This record gives sequence, structure tokens and C-alpha cells, in this order.
Amino acid sequence: MPGAARQAALPDATGVGFKPQHFNDLCAAPGMVRWLEIHAENYMGDGGRPLAQLRHLNERFPISVHGVGLGLGGSDRLDPDHLARLRHLCDWLAPASFSEHLAWSSHDGAFLNDLLPLPYTDATLTRVADHIDQVQAFLGRRMLLENPSSYVSFTESTWTEPAFLAELSRRTGCGLLLDINNVFVSACNLGFSPQAYVEALPLDQVAEIHLGGHEAQQDDQGAPVLIDSHGAPVADPVWALLDHTLARSGPRPVLIEWDNDIPDWPVLAAEAGRAARALGSLSR
Amino acid sequence: MSAREERLARNLLDPASALPEGLFDRPGRFAIHRNTVTASLIEALCTGFPVITRLLGDGVMKDLALRFLRAHPPSSPLLMLYGEGFPEFLEADTRLADLGYLGDVARLDLALRHAYHAADAPPLPAQQLAALPPDRLAEVHLDLAPALRLLRSPWPIFDIWRFNTETNAPAPRAVAQDVLITRPAYDPLPQPLPPGGAGFVAALLQGAPLGEAEDRARAEAADVDLAALFTLLLQGGAIIGASLT
Repeated sequence: MPGAARQAALPDATGVGFKPQHFNDLCAAPGMVRWLEIHAENYMGDGGRPLAQLRHLNERFPISVHGVGLGLGGSDRLDPDHLARLRHLCDWLAPASFSEHLAWSSHDGAFLNDLLPLPYTDATLTRVADHIDQVQAFLGRRMLLENPSSYVSFTESTWTEPAFLAELSRRTGCGLLLDINNVFVSACNLGFSPQAYVEALPLDQVAEIHLGGHEAQQDDQGAPVLIDSHGAPVADPVWALLDHTLARSGPRPVLIEWDNDIPDWPVLAAEAGRAARALGSLSR
Repeated sequence: MSAREERLARNLLDPASALPEGLFDRPGRFAIHRNTVTASLIEALCTGFPVITRLLGDGVMKDLALRFLRAHPPSSPLLMLYGEGFPEFLEADTRLADLGYLGDVARLDLALRHAYHAADAPPLPAQQLAALPPDRLAEVHLDLAPALRLLRSPWPIFDIWRFNTETNAPAPRAVAQDVLITRPAYDPLPQPLPPGGAGFVAALLQGAPLGEAEDRARAEAADVDLAALFTLLLQGGAIIGASLT
């Protein structure tokens, strides 16, 4: 198995979502950044600079491969071509982690480029569990499943989201990727306690934490709504929720995501530094 | 879920289509997803067709991108490839009929993107080329790099590309232009081909030996400069193999 020796868990330290414009600065001055996450779909071309950069980074940092296009929650069967591309990427990188989302994103051959919401019912649970089983068997590795950011909830849902995630983890053996910003956004939008959500999760199954920025807007009724924009610094209440989580989970790999209005490297590195301090304060 | 997913997917691409009643506790907020779908795909098309976006301006491009994505959403999560049908979509828009070059300029944008992501292939070392028997050159087949692209147009697409990407570039002339894209390292390099050049490269791409490619080039331009074409291909790292039939 190529590169299998490199396949180890992500360190309980800070990572960032890699952006090509940061390549030189990141290599010269990684600061507190100890690992990197990439969006799988951006590295599914045949060659060129993206793959060359990734080969270089893979020599130096543990890599987390984060898929955004598989659509685990969709009613269509998983796209065999896309699964094959994921396996090819995971085989040559031997990444420390592979993760995807509790969402759907394609229908009838159209890829909609969003993480779309699911009703939390027994039927959805069975379908998503089957898809996770299929992915883990096909890739030959455990995957992590990320909680979504929500703007609507389905009236027919019979499971809470943390219970749904816990049951998926129990049935399939998958780990969880806990996006703290998503919890905060969903809690504000749907009206639940973000702390209670975190406490309801099996934190021993959480193998990675995401942090990102959100944006306050108004919905069509003029009510405040938070948008998971990944285009701003992490908000203070989200940092507080990170502390609340880490105090219960213990140290975990923590990632800063910044995908839109991407700042210069020092700004992103400073966010990573703040996450590193949150992790560091645990051991004192 | 499948029938419901169908209606949700349709609503994401067509705001006039109704959402199922009673589905959500806050139905109006599903529009946030529709905004994400449309805004992110418009962004992908604007980024993926930079010269078209510059030619049309942001407002017109975004309007066209919205209509395109609703009619032709991506067929895979690989957005780096999204927009295959956009050149034809532009050509079919009667309001753009006066801008006849748009389709071919969009093909150039698309070809540059594809060249960027094409497979790597080391160029053939010069001494291997030099070692080919001079008396049998006409029988030699050349393998060209996966990143190589050839575009033929009745429009000055290279001039238009250059005028919209380089400062102080000369204004486009009223000429037909064929463009060769090579990728010397990681950045695709478009260059205009001299008369006969496209015939030569097209023949090589079809697997013709050098002698036949030369005949095809001379049929298009009797005075074709083959040495200059070889220089373009070599400097672009575009020759990756050579063999005798």
C-alpha cells in the first residue's frame, strides 16, 4: 500500500484548510500549524500545480482529506466514479484522515454544490448508514462524519441531530467531525442550546474539530439568521464553545476553515495560533 | 425521500417551483440554500471564464451564468471542469449575436483551465529527438503532452485573450487566429500559430507521422515554417515521445 507508513491519526494540534495562495508563506512560516486539510474535489484533476503542491505538502504535514461532493445523505446511489476518485486520492496520499458531511448535494445527476439538509428519521438513518458502510468498505478505512449547519429543520424528524450522529457512529463505526461553528449557527437558527448539543454527543467518537467564521443576515421574515460563510474570523461565542467542548472531550485536532474572502497568511496563522492556545490551556 | 428530493432540487434551480407544504418549520429559509447554490456556481463560472467575464462585465456575466447553471447544473462535483457547454450557450443567445467571437473565446478560457489540470508528462530529452534518423523523419510519430490544446477560430481569439489579460497589450486585429496552448511548467501558455501551424499540430494530434503532418501543413500554407513550429512545441515541453512507425 503506497505511503501506508504515513497513515497515522491527526495530531491533537492545530491545522488549517489549505489554500493554494498560501503555499509559499505556509511552507516558510507555518507558525502553530501542524497539519492541513484539503477539499478532495480540488485534487481530482489529472496533474499540474494542484497535485504538485499537494505532493510537496504531503511530505511535510499530516493531511486530512475532506470531501464536499459525495452526498452521503442523498437518495441516489453513491456515484461510483466519485468513489473511485476518492479511493485514488486516499491511496496515493495515505492521509491521516478522511471525512465527509451529513448532507445531500446531488440529485438525478445534477451536482448542486451545497450541503443540503436531511430529515432525521429512521429511513434516513438506514440510508446514510448504508452509504457510510459502503464508503468505509470501499476506501478500506474509517471515515469521519461532519455535522451540518442548518437553516431549516424537517417537521417529520424524529431524532435530534446529536442522537442521529451518535447512532450513525454506533452502527457504522465511523468517527465524528464536530464543526463547532456549525453547532453554533444551527443553535441560533433553530433555537437550541449549543452547549447541550455538544454534551449530547459521544465526544469519545469525535476525532476532529472544525472552526470557521459565520455571517449574520436576516431571513425573509426579517428575523436574524446566521450563515455558515467561512469568510470571516471565528466569532467569540464559537471560541467559548470550543473551550466548553475541549474541557469535556480533552485535546483534539482543531482546524480553522476560511474558504471565502481568504485573508493573507498571517491572519489565518493568527487564528490557528488562537486555537493552539485553546488546546494548550487544557494541559495547564 | 426521492420524490421530495426531486422537488427540493428543482426549487434550488427554479425559485418559481413550489416547495412541498409543511416540510420545514421555517420554509422561507430554504432560500438560503438556493442562494448558496446559485452564488457558488455563478462564482465558479466567473472564475472559470475570466476573459468572458472581463469582456461582458460582472453584471451581464452573472446574469448569463445564472441562466446557464439553472439550465445546465454541474454533472459532477469536479467544478474545475464545470462549464463544458457554456461556449455553445453563449453562441445560442441571440442578444449576443453581435459578439460572434464569444463562443471561441470561452473555448479558450475552458481549454486553459483544462490544460492547467491536465496530467504531467516529462518532455522528451533533446538528445533523443536529435538521435532520430534524419532520413526517416517523415515516418516519425510524435507523442504530445496531455496539457497541449489546439484551437482554431475565424476570430482574433489570441489578441482578445491578450488584450484582456495583459496590461499594454495591443488592440485585437481583425484576423482569424489559431492558438496553441502548451504548459511548460504549471502555467498554461497560449500562443498564436502561424499559417499552416494548426494543420500540422492537428495532424500530430490525430497520430499522423511527421511527413503527413508536413503535407497537411503545406496544404494550408505552402511556406509554413516547420522549424518555428518545432521550436514552439519544444519550448512548451509539448513533445513527450517519438517513435518510428
